[in-house]
Amino acid sequence: MIQLRNITKSYHQKKVVDDVSLTIPKGKLTSFIGPNGAGKSTLLSVMSRLIRCEEGEVMIEGQKLEEWEPKKLAKKMAVLRQSNHMSLRLTIRQLVSFGRFPHSGGRINKEDEEKIDEALNYMQLQDIQDKYLDELSGGQRQRAYIAMVLAQNSEYILLDEPLNNLDMRHSVEIMKTLKRLTQELGKTVIIVIHDINFASCYSDYIVALKDGKIAREGTSEELIEEKVLKSIYEIPFKVQHINSQRVCVYY
Amino acid sequence: MKAKMKTRTDSVLKNQDKNRLIIVGILVLGIIFCYLLVGLNEKNFAYALSKRVPKLYAMLLTGGAIGFSSLLFQTVTHNQLLTPSILGLDSLYMLVNTMVVFFLGANSFLISNKKAHFLLSLVLMMVVASWFYKMVFKKGQQNIFFLLLIGLIVGTLFDSLTGFVQILIDPVSFQTVQSKMQASFSTVNNDVLILATLMIGGALVYALPYFKYLDVLALGRETAISLGIHYDQIVKRMLVIVVLLTATATALVGPITFLGLLVVNIGRYMLRSYKHVHLLMMIFLVSMVSVIGAQFLIERVLNYSMSIGIIINFVGGIYFIYLIIKGRTQ
Repeated sequence: MIQLRNITKSYHQKKVVDDVSLTIPKGKLTSFIGPNGAGKSTLLSVMSRLIRCEEGEVMIEGQKLEEWEPKKLAKKMAVLRQSNHMSLRLTIRQLVSFGRFPHSGGRINKEDEEKIDEALNYMQLQDIQDKYLDELSGGQRQRAYIAMVLAQNSEYILLDEPLNNLDMRHSVEIMKTLKRLTQELGKTVIIVIHDINFASCYSDYIVALKDGKIAREGTSEELIEEKVLKSIYEIPFKVQHINSQRVCVYY
Repeated sequence: MKAKMKTRTDSVLKNQDKNRLIIVGILVLGIIFCYLLVGLNEKNFAYALSKRVPKLYAMLLTGGAIGFSSLLFQTVTHNQLLTPSILGLDSLYMLVNTMVVFFLGANSFLISNKKAHFLLSLVLMMVVASWFYKMVFKKGQQNIFFLLLIGLIVGTLFDSLTGFVQILIDPVSFQTVQSKMQASFSTVNNDVLILATLMIGGALVYALPYFKYLDVLALGRETAISLGIHYDQIVKRMLVIVVLLTATATALVGPITFLGLLVVNIGRYMLRSYKHVHLLMMIFLVSMVSVIGAQFLIERVLNYSMSIGIIINFVGGIYFIYLIIKGRTQ
């Protein structure tokens, strides 16, 4: 279980995350939504030790984040940020094999090979696994990175805008994959997402942030309400029920 | 099929890489052979070899250290156009030499005695650099680019100071300073070489276990942390190694760090593997070829009319411009 207690993080005196306390439900798909600058990505980065917060603490399975040994934590939790600029020239398979690093320390064994194949299959990358990353489209590269995270086989998976650069088909595929990860393998997936309808249709739990604070949190049904969304985004919303899914219209 | 499965994720060197390493290795042996033996006859045999062997060893050592430190430096900065010269150590070396000549005279023990000169340069570079890094990192600045920026500024300050003092000193002393300003393998002495070997060897032994982490580190800070790398700690440790190697090489033969840009990029270009162990092997070999080749050219073809620094800077400069243009068109 991931628990956040009174997390505060500021850049140049401006509080980006302001006294946030939160418990992430285990084995569920949790989405962070909210307008730009609400502190979603910062909160995700704090949770995943990419940046340090000034105040508050993050507890992973009852143990403080700083007290985890990096290698042990890497087997528990994987994180993927939006920017993936890289100077190395790697093939997809090589990249995915890096996901096994916390387990094998750079020496790929038979079990690792199996996990790599599994991850490639899961993201449907087998056919292009020997292509170099700089030859790929944005969507393919995104899927390659997600495959690396899958190969890491951690219990918690944190993704910052995983649908960036993806068309509708691949967005749907990725969301389905993430959902499957929670249902079939019992993983806890936490994503930052902008597309409110993807959040509505696939999340089990939604946390809405605004101005560094939690505006609302709850299940998809509780959150995707016209009033709630209007207060968060400050534009009029219409929520329609289509095939038992809540779809927002805000154009 | 089974063999293919095993090497699927290629932790093993690919055949092409292996062949290239062997070819460059043979080239290195050939150049060493030429360097040692061309122009020998029965009479000068013993004398010439007694001069050439230590010089050759100094070249192997310096070339290796520069290539090694540049590779580490480029990995921790995630930039393939940087060399450790941006840390300002060369400039500091020049300033130290100029100051010694200015205050103590060109005949000072610290300039004429090779051992004293080496130790003075080395210790000062290490002390200033470590003091400096401590200050930067103590302030909670985790951003390595801040450090580079400061290094660049302080380096420029040192350069200006050096230039200023050089105007003040008399022409004879200036000659001494100038001879120290240019990298040269002709002036190394054996005691100094032993010391330098210990330092560079020590750095290599210390850094080797980190090589697998460096492979991951090259993926970028965030990915590396996600994969369980103690990122900030490793970067700091590797920086210390970079400083140690650069300072040793500079104290040994003078400012020559530009060589690093050349050899690391050629090394990367020639191998498909991204693994630091493989890259380092290639970079060692490439730097042997460049340094010994350049020195051979100077001694046997140009009759010492040019210094190795000029050749390296000339070739390195052209290659650097090529890299920038190529990077821009991509």
